[in-house]
Amino acid sequence: MSITTSQYVGNVRDTVKSFWHGMSVTLSQVLRRPITIQYPDRLEIPVQDVLPPRYRGFLEVDTDICTGCQACERACPISCIQIEVEKDPANPKQRVVTQFDIDEAKCMFCGLCVEPCPTGSIQHTREFEATQRSVRNLVFRWADPIKPFPVYKVVKGAPYIPRAPLGSRVKDLLAQRSWDAVGTSYLPPEPLKPPPPPPVKPPPAAKPAAPAAAKPAAAPAPAPAPAVQPDEPKP
Amino acid sequence: MAQFSFAFPKPGTKKLLVGATLGAALAIPALLAGLLVFLVPMVNKPLLDAFIREKLGHVPATWVGTQWVYAAALFLAGIAMFTFAAITGGIFSWYERRVAARIQSRIGPNRVGVAGFLQWIADAVKLLFKEDLVPGEADAMLFRAAPYFVVAGMTLVLVALPAGQAIVVADLDVGIFYILAVTSFIVVGILLSGWSSNSKWSLFGAIRATAQVVSYEVPAGLAILVPVLMAGTLSTQGLIRAQGGWPWEWFFFRNPAAAVAFFILFISQLAEGNRTPFDLAEAESELVAGYFSEYSGFRFALYFLVEWANLWIIGAVATTLFLGGWQIPGVSAQTWASVRGAGSFPAFGWWALQFVSLGIFAVKTLFLVNVVIWIRWTLPRIRIDQMMNLCWKYLVPAGFAAMLFTLVWQMVATWAPIVEKITALVVFAATVWVTWRFLQQTRKNVSLIAHERVDLSNW
Repeated sequence: MSITTSQYVGNVRDTVKSFWHGMSVTLSQVLRRPITIQYPDRLEIPVQDVLPPRYRGFLEVDTDICTGCQACERACPISCIQIEVEKDPANPKQRVVTQFDIDEAKCMFCGLCVEPCPTGSIQHTREFEATQRSVRNLVFRWADPIKPFPVYKVVKGAPYIPRAPLGSRVKDLLAQRSWDAVGTSYLPPEPLKPPPPPPVKPPPAAKPAAPAAAKPAAAPAPAPAPAVQPDEPKP
Repeated sequence: MAQFSFAFPKPGTKKLLVGATLGAALAIPALLAGLLVFLVPMVNKPLLDAFIREKLGHVPATWVGTQWVYAAALFLAGIAMFTFAAITGGIFSWYERRVAARIQSRIGPNRVGVAGFLQWIADAVKLLFKEDLVPGEADAMLFRAAPYFVVAGMTLVLVALPAGQAIVVADLDVGIFYILAVTSFIVVGILLSGWSSNSKWSLFGAIRATAQVVSYEVPAGLAILVPVLMAGTLSTQGLIRAQGGWPWEWFFFRNPAAAVAFFILFISQLAEGNRTPFDLAEAESELVAGYFSEYSGFRFALYFLVEWANLWIIGAVATTLFLGGWQIPGVSAQTWASVRGAGSFPAFGWWALQFVSLGIFAVKTLFLVNVVIWIRWTLPRIRIDQMMNLCWKYLVPAGFAAMLFTLVWQMVATWAPIVEKITALVVFAATVWVTWRFLQQTRKNVSLIAHERVDLSNW
């Protein structure tokens, strides 16, 4: 424990020097600009534009260039994409997409659906703000069953495929829905057999989670079952 | 430093909010200054006697109400000082958080009022509304009493702490000794809170705090002896009167040992105030929050009030002893007397000069407060053995050496006063040079990172 005089003096000198440099470094930090981004309300530019261009936010489908090939549906490892393609009754040569649902609540943003898409129709955007009171409202429906969209046919030798600006479609979709909209009581497609009448008390839309968690075992796959199950096609 | 940008307040802030905050930011210091100057007639016996004689029309020596007037004046003085401590402590809490944030490349609280200036009021209101919880296994009476010991230790210091030429509650003959003594009162509260909480964290924190404060009183006392030897008095006002307005008339520059003693005192005060790097008593990583782990609500707020009010005390004591206190450059004791006039009540110029002296004292104190905050966010917490080593192996011997050197120095200075004057100028010039070198170093540090520049725009 005993130290020599030179060590003693050296300790004092080290202390003074580290004070000198440490205080100078912290003072220089005071004079610099903080890196904090004051999300959400004090931003010079929208936060989406701050994010890197390859950010994996919500998926967006440009329905104008969707070929209806369902490659994305097959690629999805957790089946959060649901696509139905039918023949147009008016024009049997034309196929139409009657359903194109992406459950963004389930989606894990892996990007595997983007890779096989032949036209670049399905893409990740930089949108990520879609808080919803009802989790089922996070199912983004890109096709309208009443007015299905026709599939896109790639023109041979076309230099490029025109795509809507990335993010514009998903912004429109988000703008249509308020955050506290009443959620649907079922997920498409509708259950094949109608739910048995007695146990079904239509759950209040505001709090769907509590009754659903209470009785999934008692009533197998009726309307208020958890959001994971009922869209599985029955074999 | 190619470009200097400073945007304040943020564009788009509501005008009413800007007005309210700036109003508060200007009014609160003005109010505090007024409060302190208001103290003067309250605690000045000749002035009170003149008030009774000329305004109330009684003879002070024989009138029954005299004692009541004295008591009321003292009561008001106490309330004024406590209000001062509470408000400065509150503002420091906000200020320290802002500075800490800047040092860590953050912004800090900036939502309540412009630049978050009203944050401390919001925090205080929140803490007042919280439940005052007493743990079931705690010694309830001691647990409840402990914060008041701590607050009393802090408040009692204010009695002898000057802030201007006539602004001191009581100019005690043993002023600085009294301050040293009542500061130890805080230890009683800390030990009580640690013991009564019946929690291991609290007890460990309290024991550490006690060991620390008791140890560091030794170097602090030795360092205080240096200016006391130079002034020949223990009275805080007497210590300041022995110095002068110009920097080379301060004790810090007049004696090389006093400069050393200043740093010893400053370090010891950091330790006694449980400030980083000596905050082992409330080491968050080991002891949750140390001795006040179990506290909540108002009592918790009291601990923090004391912690931040201590900032002012640390700065004010060091300013009083070494940095010339409230002395205005070029204003001598004769000037003060002539400005006051011969009447029972001082002339207007005297009051104005009081404000100036208060301002000078506040500027010096606030500079030291800034240094304390700055150190806190520079140095990591040291280990307990390092802390004890620093105290007993470095500060205590250095304190003794400084004291002995001062004894010799005073003999030399009496024999040849020119030596003291030359030393003061040399040390002052050296300090200016060191400061300049330090700023250069800082500027270099800013520019070390490419494309960095001085930028204070992100509020």
